[in-house]
Amino acid sequence: MPVYKDGRSFVDKTTIRKPDMKSLKARGNVLAESDYQVELLETDNHNPFRLVPFQQKLQEAHLFPLTPTNIEIFQVNVGKMCNQVCKHCHVDAGPDRKEIMTMETMELCLEVLRKNPSLKIVDLTGGAPELNPNFRWFVEQIKELDRHIIVRCNLTIILSNKRFHDLPEFFKKHSVEVVSSLPFYTKGRTDRQRGDGVFEDSILALQMLNKAGYGKDTALTLNLVYNPAGAFLPPVQDDLENEFKEALNKDFGIVFNNLFAITNLPISRFLDYLLTSGNYETYMEKLIAAYNPVAAQSVMCRNTLSIGWDGYLYDCDFNQMLDLKVSCQSKHLSDFNFSDLSKREIVINQHCYGCTAGAGSSCGGVVA
Amino acid sequence: MENHYYNSKDLGKFGNISEFQKPLADKFFDWYGEVFKGDQLSAKEKSLIALAVAHAVQCPYCIDAYSSDAFEKGWSEGQMMEAVHVAAAIKGGAALVHGVQMMNKVKEIAM
Repeated sequence: MPVYKDGRSFVDKTTIRKPDMKSLKARGNVLAESDYQVELLETDNHNPFRLVPFQQKLQEAHLFPLTPTNIEIFQVNVGKMCNQVCKHCHVDAGPDRKEIMTMETMELCLEVLRKNPSLKIVDLTGGAPELNPNFRWFVEQIKELDRHIIVRCNLTIILSNKRFHDLPEFFKKHSVEVVSSLPFYTKGRTDRQRGDGVFEDSILALQMLNKAGYGKDTALTLNLVYNPAGAFLPPVQDDLENEFKEALNKDFGIVFNNLFAITNLPISRFLDYLLTSGNYETYMEKLIAAYNPVAAQSVMCRNTLSIGWDGYLYDCDFNQMLDLKVSCQSKHLSDFNFSDLSKREIVINQHCYGCTAGAGSSCGGVVA
Repeated sequence: MENHYYNSKDLGKFGNISEFQKPLADKFFDWYGEVFKGDQLSAKEKSLIALAVAHAVQCPYCIDAYSSDAFEKGWSEGQMMEAVHVAAAIKGGAALVHGVQMMNKVKEIAM
C-alpha cells in the first residue's frame, strides 16, 4: 500500500463513486451505436436546443474544408480491451471488449510504415494497448523501423498482473515515450473517474517508472494526461502542470516531464454521463463559447492518422469511435495511399468543438 | 420583466450590459479580467476568494460561476465548503460584533 512521503496513508474525505463495471456495449446502451451518437450530436432533435454548426465556425476562419497539413503521427488503436472501466472513456473500453488488432493487421501497419518514412511517430493506444497479446512484438518491429514510439499506458495495467510488472523495463529498452492518464493528484477525483483503487495503483506504477529512469533520464520521457473529472473544461495547462509536479513530488517523490490537459469530447461514455447528469446542453454551450480559431488551425487531425483495431483509417481516435472513416478512396491499411490521404477533406461534426475550446486539445495537450 | 427575478440564462448575458452604456462596461470587463489574472496571488487562489465573496454577497450568478471555476481549477469540495464557512463566519461575526454597540447603548441608559 503506497503511503505519502511523510508516512501518512492515503486519506480522502470525498465520497468515491464506483463507475459502472460494464461498457455501454455490454449494457446494450443505445449510445454504444455510433450512428445514434452522430445523429444525436448533429440533429439534437430531442429538445429545442440548437447549436452553431462546427462547419460554420471553420468557414468563418477560412478553414473549411479542413485538410491535412503534414501527416506524421500514425496512431494505432490496438484494441478496445482494458483492465479499467473509466466513466469518461470515449472508446467505451473495458474488460468485456473483445475487439483486438490481429498480427496480420499489425503486419499491414508495419508495411505502411516501411513505405512511408514521413510517418515519424507511432502512437499506440487502446483500451490498454499492453493487453494485445502481440503488443511487445509490435513495439519491437516498429523500433526496427526507427520510429519514435508513444505508448498510452493507463498505469494500473503495470500492477494488474505479474506478467506486466516488467513493462517499465520493456519501455526503457525500446526508448518508448510513456503517456499516462492521471486525472488528478488526489485520490478522490482520480478514483471517481477511473474506479476505486486506481489512484494507489497509478502512484505505485509511476514510482516504478521513475525507478526505471522515466521522467529522470533525458531519453526516457514520461508525460501525464489530465482529463476533467466532470462536465467542465481543463484549467490552464502550465499552471496545472506546476501544481501536479509540486504535489506528486511532495507527497510521493514522483517526477515527470509534461502534463497534457485534454478536454473530454462528448462521445460514448462521456456523452452518456453528460446526458444522464443533465449536463449535455450546458457542456456543449461551454465548448462553443470557448471556441478558439487559433486552436482550430492546429487540431491534431491535420497531422495524425488514426488506425482502428480492424485496420480502417480515420481522421482521429474520436471519429474512429463514431465510425466516421476517412473521406477518400484509401479507407483501409490494405489500400493505403499517402498522397490520396494527404489530399482528403477531414470529416467534422459537432464533437469537434472539444478540440477547439480554449487553448485547444489534442493527444499532446493544448495546441494554442 | 419576467415573473421571477433570477434566471440562470442571464449570467451568459452579462456582457450585454454594454448595449446601454459601452464605455463603462468596457472599462469594467477589462478591469475584471485583469483582476482575475494570476499575479502575486494565483488565478486559483483568486477563484476561491471570489467563491467566498460570492456567498457573502449572496449573488446566485457569482455562486454559479465561481463554484464551476473553483472546482475546475482543482479546489476540492471540502476546501470550497471551508471557504464558504469563512464567508459565513465573517458575516455572522459582523452581525454579532454589533452586540457590543447594543451593550454600550443599554449600559448608557440603564440605571
